[in-house]
Amino acid sequence: MENKNRKQLVVIGGGPAGLAAAIAAKKSGLDDILILERDQCLGGILNQCIHNGFGLHTFREELTGPEYAARFIRQAEELEIPYALNSMVVDIDQDRNVTYVNEKEGLQTVQADAVILAMGCRERPRGALNIPGYRPAGIYSAGTAQKFTNIDGLMPGRDVVILGSGDIGLIMARRMTLEGAKVHVVAELMPYSGGLKRNIVQCLDDYGIPLKLSHTVTNIQGKERVESVTIARVDENRRPIPGTEITYPCDTLLLSCGLIPENELSRQADVTLSRVTSGPVVNESLETSVPGIFACGNVLHVHDLVDFVSQEAAKAGEKAAAFVLDGVPESSVQIPIETGGLVRYTVPFTVDPARMDENQVVRFRVGNVLKGGFVNVIVDGERKIHRKRMILAPGEMESVTLKKEWITPETREIRVETEAA
Amino acid sequence: MDSNYDVLIIGGGVVGSAVAWQLAKTDLKTAVLEKEEDVSTGTTKANSGIVHAGYDAMPGTLKAKLNVRGNEMIHEIAPVLNFDFVNTGSLVLCFEEENRPGLQALLERGKTNGVPGLRIVEQEELRQMEPEISEDAICALYAPTAGVVDPFNMNVAFAENAADNGTAFFFNEPVTSLERTEDGWLVNGAYRAKILVNAAGVHADEIHNMACEQPIAIRPRRGEYFLFDKEAGSLARHVLFQQPTAAGKGILVTPTAHGNLLAGPTADFIEDKDGVCTTAQGLDHVRPMASKTIDHLPFSQVITSFAGLRAVPEGGDFIIAENAPGFIDAAGIESPGLTSAPAIGEMVAQMIVDRLHPGENTAYVPQRRGFVKVDDLSPAEWNALIAEDPAYGRMVCRCEKVTEGSIRDACRRSVPARSLDGVKRRVRAGMGRCQSGFCSPKTMEIISQELNIPFEDITKSGGRSKLITGWDKEDLQDGE
Repeated sequence: MENKNRKQLVVIGGGPAGLAAAIAAKKSGLDDILILERDQCLGGILNQCIHNGFGLHTFREELTGPEYAARFIRQAEELEIPYALNSMVVDIDQDRNVTYVNEKEGLQTVQADAVILAMGCRERPRGALNIPGYRPAGIYSAGTAQKFTNIDGLMPGRDVVILGSGDIGLIMARRMTLEGAKVHVVAELMPYSGGLKRNIVQCLDDYGIPLKLSHTVTNIQGKERVESVTIARVDENRRPIPGTEITYPCDTLLLSCGLIPENELSRQADVTLSRVTSGPVVNESLETSVPGIFACGNVLHVHDLVDFVSQEAAKAGEKAAAFVLDGVPESSVQIPIETGGLVRYTVPFTVDPARMDENQVVRFRVGNVLKGGFVNVIVDGERKIHRKRMILAPGEMESVTLKKEWITPETREIRVETEAA
Repeated sequence: MDSNYDVLIIGGGVVGSAVAWQLAKTDLKTAVLEKEEDVSTGTTKANSGIVHAGYDAMPGTLKAKLNVRGNEMIHEIAPVLNFDFVNTGSLVLCFEEENRPGLQALLERGKTNGVPGLRIVEQEELRQMEPEISEDAICALYAPTAGVVDPFNMNVAFAENAADNGTAFFFNEPVTSLERTEDGWLVNGAYRAKILVNAAGVHADEIHNMACEQPIAIRPRRGEYFLFDKEAGSLARHVLFQQPTAAGKGILVTPTAHGNLLAGPTADFIEDKDGVCTTAQGLDHVRPMASKTIDHLPFSQVITSFAGLRAVPEGGDFIIAENAPGFIDAAGIESPGLTSAPAIGEMVAQMIVDRLHPGENTAYVPQRRGFVKVDDLSPAEWNALIAEDPAYGRMVCRCEKVTEGSIRDACRRSVPARSLDGVKRRVRAGMGRCQSGFCSPKTMEIISQELNIPFEDITKSGGRSKLITGWDKEDLQDGE
């Protein structure tokens, strides 16, 4: 068992997803696990999320990010799950050879019976947004600013404009204000926010920070450090409307314009990726197109609540353990889950009636705001779920539960859709 | 401080640094004065990175001669100075049968200029060479000697090799006064030299006009670009130009020396010599134009856009001459200036040698050590390196796979990085798809340690470009 270069399970990433996955795999009977974490401690991005609001679903308590992470780290320690820090995975192949590097071991290749991808996501940078203007100091993604402020104790700016109303941007609007900065405005390109409603209330409204929907940044002035930022209203095609410009003298522009699952390693292993989620296409077991490689958390699809990351990751851990210990039950058929109405995607993308859970959770996001509509689940033309929802919004992940009894190998159609009121 | 030099070079861009590199082979005492905090901060910083073959310029011009010679030199020196050059070859795409004679004329001009290996490739071969290009391309002029270079890297290589061999570099030293002395020049009231070389890029006219009677004018012409993720890098294998026609000069699409894809540039005359901002109009122009070459360019994979300035001279040709006694211009170095740079260095150095008749630098070392790129190492080589210095096992920039060891190395060179952009230009930390979102705090920490600069004083690119405005809660008032 103790072959250094062979493991039952390698988990790539020691953030909330990786930790929950490893813990579940251990509890499901795997002994020989290795978590590979690129940072100097476990916990991932939670370590810099010092605000509260984590764990309401999992622990029925309001924890801070580091507290939430600590509960999982403690469990992992108690279960004596091995992990390597400061260890960057540089390659995975289809045979599940995982190569990583760190200063102590150098370059190491481990052959794993199963791999769980839990690398998380990155923020969309300024360049990807095509904002015209200069490229001075003082333009940060919200998460980078969060790292400076919360981990390093440093202020990335004093007078701040924020583009994008993603959750990290909203959190940072409050955080920078509490640290003595002036946050002038949050501009959002879309006619709705990309963040959770509770964050808009608690981070903007409570501090009198205006949220300007259907606005974008049209110019960044300042050759050395940001000197001002110009925003303008956009039309229905998201084109700036001339004459609506407002210029804010400021020294900082924070960007919270979307998160991108970090799947460069997945690509190296030839894992099929979805164009919609930018994450792997997975089946009911959260297994990717490459047998034995599983995915969970933000590398799979971007979540809003860490509680759901933990739930999803635990599932991946159980399924990976089953894969290693029981071998793969013959997959009879993979039935794709179709989307309809405003539903953009579902995770999983397909289900195998033989392998699915009795109650299979299917998570999804919508592409626009829908008020007073319905979520439907249709199986072979029969409406199995018809649930009224006060509001559905792109910023909030939704879920439905598929019952195993509804689905047989002969099932031709499973559809998750929204229906207008 | 002894500030008497034989030669003072004004400007640490690729041209000034190339002159310094060539002069380092002599026993002349040379210094470079650079107004910014680092080399490679002006025109060299933002351009297409193309090593042109040399068919473009009119026969008999300095541009034609120095382009062809520069191309030849880059092939030779890239492995000696260890900068990144990829000999991709280039294609000038012709989209209309009626423009075919123009392509033929370009080929003939190239032959006259002495460009080797030029030929026209037809449809079938063209598709094989470039499977992704637009159906509309009917034929192309193929230039096998063309390629792509990392412009910063080449610039840094020239500067480091010069510094390694004794050249002094002074940064944050804008030239504000030139005085003629008995045997040369006094610059800023502090630096004396027998010969001045003006390699001041878009500001070369200002320097020239301080020294010479006949004024010149350099106009900045802005070019805007899109840089794509490496995932899109394989869409083009060669430098892909569009044939210049009556309709315009066209937009190029090219792989970069590091495997990204680049599309651009625009060409707009502007007034501001620091006007390196991108514009909505400029970027809107590049998108459809570049899509003529590859119609499915994935603009969703753009990782950054940027703008650079060309130093356009009035007469159309490079201005390389001794235009006042002991004052040599290397001015108006627009495209193909990057390719020509080593040849300009050679030419200007020869002019100086002919004037001052120096001896040889007997200690001259031609090689310059490149930066470690872990992707180029075998597992055994990388492990050996980590065993020697564990910092090479600590990954800082995950997107471009840059280790702490390389970043420390960049800060310890003879011409060291002093800022976040300085590190980025040398070892590519922060150059990747996350655009420094993850690695900048760590890189700043390393710069702070290596150069003994307080963390909060670290800049993006010198001057007032500080990255941090202070400490948490510093600005809170009592009672808040």
